[in-house]
Amino acid sequence: MSGLQVFLEYTLAGIATGGVYTLVGLGFVLVFKASGVFNFAMGDMMMAGAYTFYLCAVVFDLHWAVALLIAVVFSCALAWLIERTVLRRMMGQPVIAVVMATFGIGFVLRGIAAIAFGSEAYQLPALLPRAPFFIGDIMLPGKSVRGFVLTTGLCGAIILFLRYSRAGIALRATAADQITAYAMGINVRRVFALTWMAAAAIGTVAGVIAASVTSLTPDLGTIGLNVLGVVILGGLNSVGGVIVAGLFIGWLEAMTAAYLPGDIREITPYIAVLAMLMIRPYGLFGTRPVERI
Amino acid sequence: MRATRHRRALAAVLALLALLLPLYAPTQWIYLCSLLAINVISTVGLNIVTGYTGLLSLGHGAFMGVGAYATGYFAIRLGLPFYLAIPLGGVVAAVLGLAFGLPSLRIRGLYLVIATLSAQFILNWVFNNWTEVTGGLNGLSLQPAAAFGVVFDSDARLYFLCAVPAIGLSLFAANLFRTRVGRAFIAIRERDRTAEVLGISLVRYKLAAFALGSFYAGIAGGLMAYFFRIVTPGQYQLDVSVFFLAAVVVGGMGSIAGSLLGAAFMTLLPEVLRLLLDVVGQFFALRAALILVPLRETVFGLLLILFLIYEPRGLIRLLRRVLDRRGAAPPPPLIASLSSKQTR
Repeated sequence: MSGLQVFLEYTLAGIATGGVYTLVGLGFVLVFKASGVFNFAMGDMMMAGAYTFYLCAVVFDLHWAVALLIAVVFSCALAWLIERTVLRRMMGQPVIAVVMATFGIGFVLRGIAAIAFGSEAYQLPALLPRAPFFIGDIMLPGKSVRGFVLTTGLCGAIILFLRYSRAGIALRATAADQITAYAMGINVRRVFALTWMAAAAIGTVAGVIAASVTSLTPDLGTIGLNVLGVVILGGLNSVGGVIVAGLFIGWLEAMTAAYLPGDIREITPYIAVLAMLMIRPYGLFGTRPVERI
Repeated sequence: MRATRHRRALAAVLALLALLLPLYAPTQWIYLCSLLAINVISTVGLNIVTGYTGLLSLGHGAFMGVGAYATGYFAIRLGLPFYLAIPLGGVVAAVLGLAFGLPSLRIRGLYLVIATLSAQFILNWVFNNWTEVTGGLNGLSLQPAAAFGVVFDSDARLYFLCAVPAIGLSLFAANLFRTRVGRAFIAIRERDRTAEVLGISLVRYKLAAFALGSFYAGIAGGLMAYFFRIVTPGQYQLDVSVFFLAAVVVGGMGSIAGSLLGAAFMTLLPEVLRLLLDVVGQFFALRAALILVPLRETVFGLLLILFLIYEPRGLIRLLRRVLDRRGAAPPPPLIASLSSKQTR
């Protein structure tokens, strides 16, 4: 194989992985934009959704579409519960306390999953056909490509939802100015609950895709922590930035896997974050917060 | 003044009791108390960063690892005695902490959380892969600490090795918050803009707090290296950072006495969980060995959430409230930001 071909193959595979990052990053940014909460449990919510899918599709042998639907509904309910019992009670507390709480939630979810399912890796049913794709001579893993098509569609749907639906507009209004939104009759609490549920739904789909590309373990949630890099790179409050950054980090990971020795791939996103914090802390597309004193 | 004198007397009695303990306690207790002493150092360190200065670090476990590996390296490769190797390990941890903290501490916001989380993963990767220094997966094996003809190989001796720095560093931290520097940390936590206007250099003091916290972590890691006599990458992963975060929150953010309580609580908790699993395991067919680790994670997470919601100032506050009801002690001064409503 020629050098160019290797490069292209890894590039496309990386961008396909980046699709999952983009999705999870979107879930993260939605919550951050609306309520200002850094949701460290995002990855673990995604893992919880993937386990529900596994339970429905494999243990109860349901059709994959039904299983996915049940998983989405379940994780929405879980997110609602989390928002209601933890986050809402912590409104007005210092930011670091809220962050610690979301971190705690993540640990609880992961612990419960590991108690219930053990730490073995499960294989999800062949939701996405394995047959590889060929573009000219370049071979692409079939699961990743189909996963990428799915994530692209979903990202598009989310953007349209944010732009045109009533709930999406309410969400953006809340993100822009909470108090004014409240004064204009937007039910801010409901918006918070909605964003958490939306994030959980997106996370579930991302989780199922990620788990069917590799395998399902309680550690699936660490992808959520990788995604922090994506979010920082794109800018914490930028939907467009997250899409670009997600694909970029996926590509960067594939490149380190291809050209650098060892498994530096594992820590690529974190190195990218630290570099980014040094150069442009508010991200490529994020806005520097303006503060009134 | 009376209150201060009482507290000093109490601290002196506690310190004396702590030092006399190994003469009378059974071995298993001494083992746990040594571990507790190490955990106290690390908890106090994280409390300086998170509880007193209001900066959240998720890389505390990794900085302990840096201390442990550096101590091991100095002891094995350079043949330094423990009383040099451990402090040097602390210094290395502090320097690395600064390197990771510098970019994010220049800017306001939660960026330190992400930088320290990145540090946790990157350092762990380094522990695994920089084989020449860290020994890779096999880790480092240390000889028992020895100096002036005394070999710290028995449980009681190891206990002294850990307890003396634990007492010293706790007292240092407690007194730090009477000084200009310590007050500046608290001012930054309370309202950083105001602190800045008052002439406190935010960057300098945040860096100082973070370096000091990492130094404590490094010392705790160095002691741990001598305590277990082995340093492996698995010992210093993210769950360790969460363990100490839980210890700080459960004990009481912004309280050294709280750190003692929190460390004690968190040190005993795994033992209690193990006992509980043994009891429950007699009735149900549980794979106790497999469940213990995730059960610990779940309980740590739950404790973190429950204390943050119901008692953000931790066990020490609960304890004081009980004592107040009896009219024994005057109410402690309130720390505003940890309890009051504050907007972002």
